[in-house]
Amino acid sequence: MTSQGSRKAVVFFEVEILDAKTKDKLCFLDKVRPLHKYYPQWYAARQSIRLDPKGKSLKDEDVLQHLPVGTTATFYFRDLGAQISWVTVFLTEYGGPLLLYLMFYFRVPFIYAPKYDFTTSKHWVVHLACMCHSFHYLKRLLETLFVHRFSHGTMPLRNIFKNCTYYWGFAAWMAYYINHPLYTPPTIYGEQQVRIALIIFLFCQVGNFSIHIALRNLRPPGSKTRKIPYPTKNPFTWIFLLVSCPNYTYELGSWFGFTLMTQCLPVAFFTAVGFIQMTVWAKGKHRSYLKEFRDYPPLRSPILPFVL
Amino acid sequence: MASMEEDGSVEEKDNNNKKRTKSAIAVAWLTFYNIAMTAGWLVLAMAMMRFYLQKATHKGLYKSIARILKFFQTVALVEVGHCAIGIVRTSVIVTGVQVCSRIFMVWFITNSIKQIQNEESVILFLVVWTLTEITRYSFYTFNLLNHLPYFIKWARYNMFIIMYPLGVAGELLTIYAALPFVRKTGMLSMRLPNKYNISFDYYYFLIIVMLSYIPLFPQLFFHMLRQRRKVLLGEIIVEKDE
Repeated sequence: MTSQGSRKAVVFFEVEILDAKTKDKLCFLDKVRPLHKYYPQWYAARQSIRLDPKGKSLKDEDVLQHLPVGTTATFYFRDLGAQISWVTVFLTEYGGPLLLYLMFYFRVPFIYAPKYDFTTSKHWVVHLACMCHSFHYLKRLLETLFVHRFSHGTMPLRNIFKNCTYYWGFAAWMAYYINHPLYTPPTIYGEQQVRIALIIFLFCQVGNFSIHIALRNLRPPGSKTRKIPYPTKNPFTWIFLLVSCPNYTYELGSWFGFTLMTQCLPVAFFTAVGFIQMTVWAKGKHRSYLKEFRDYPPLRSPILPFVL
Repeated sequence: MASMEEDGSVEEKDNNNKKRTKSAIAVAWLTFYNIAMTAGWLVLAMAMMRFYLQKATHKGLYKSIARILKFFQTVALVEVGHCAIGIVRTSVIVTGVQVCSRIFMVWFITNSIKQIQNEESVILFLVVWTLTEITRYSFYTFNLLNHLPYFIKWARYNMFIIMYPLGVAGELLTIYAALPFVRKTGMLSMRLPNKYNISFDYYYFLIIVMLSYIPLFPQLFFHMLRQRRKVLLGEIIVEKDE
């Protein structure tokens, strides 16, 4: 939150900051100095400043003059807890699966019986699966570094433990079975199944990437504006006509393809759990689009066209 | 863990501040349900006492009460439904975990592994569960009827201090006793190779279940302690950040 001095009418603000839970007075500012000069452990990313103890946080861009306060402004402070940057979290949670899977693929010692150490699978679908899985997480890492524009700089520190347990845990579980010496390649439709699965997987990877690019282009560098996404010249974005969050739709498709390709129940579980989580996120995003934009296209569903 | 009670209605502390608009049907159903469950567990308690007084041994006791236990413990699944439709203000997940852990003990341990049915640890958790459930269901019943005797409130928020650790001990000892039989029969397990490319070892699963008591038990126990301080001692506890 910034305070602007105006040259015409000089308005002086006094600002007091109270703890949102206990209502203790934390500091009283008649010159505006950053809160963390008084409490150095509460750096900016941890601060939640609000007009009402149970209300929403004020944003960085909010200007003191434009807020509904008198000449003594009372704000409530909440400590958001230790924070960590989104980029750090993404790099860690995606780097893990990439490396872990490769360890299983190369049959590093202490995973399978010693006679299998450093051997390779005789099934070509296992090699294909490794390439797809690695490509997927490499793509995610590169998108984190070069494509995504994050609304928030940070998230609570405990999220990194939760997220890494989820991603790393599932990656290890899947990789263990796919790269196992006793792995059974797809039996129902054999080679044809694998081929179709690969096409679905690649199609959805390209689709997912197209959506990420389209979303990035909605927002000029450094800004935090929000706009309704629309289909572009890229055919993969035409799905915006039917769906609010096609990045999740394509992501689901990719993992569905990977499940088909490997015919591995742990992969199916991972796809199912991811589907549930992404549906929750998609519904939330869809709801906030509807709230924010009067003219939001009515034909769109959150994640699955017409269905969900 | 199965011996823990889920904390369905600490809302009695909100009774004065909040007006709960529950439909008359919901109240009637819940009252009936809680009376029925209190009665069921009382029947179970009496059947256990009668067996022990007549036979002077605990051997064969489980078998004699198995059907009543399975019935009333399984019926408790509807409590998840109560939370889901909102007539009971508790989290669906907490209730779900609670009921599932009971169902797990009854159906996947004691019912399926006959060789451990005469263990003392089984009697231990059965006694704990019975006492806990009778207290809990009568607490809910009296609450719904708006005539809660202090001694029931006292029991509900004090007995757990002894019941929880005893119940956990009973359950853990039972699972531990079951391990060799699980290993021998290979029950509920699946090995490679198979066309689903998954394997499951019930033996190691049980070991993980036992280990999970270590983080979970303290959390549930201290939650009840906090509730006790709020309800019985009227302390105001500022909750951690939501």
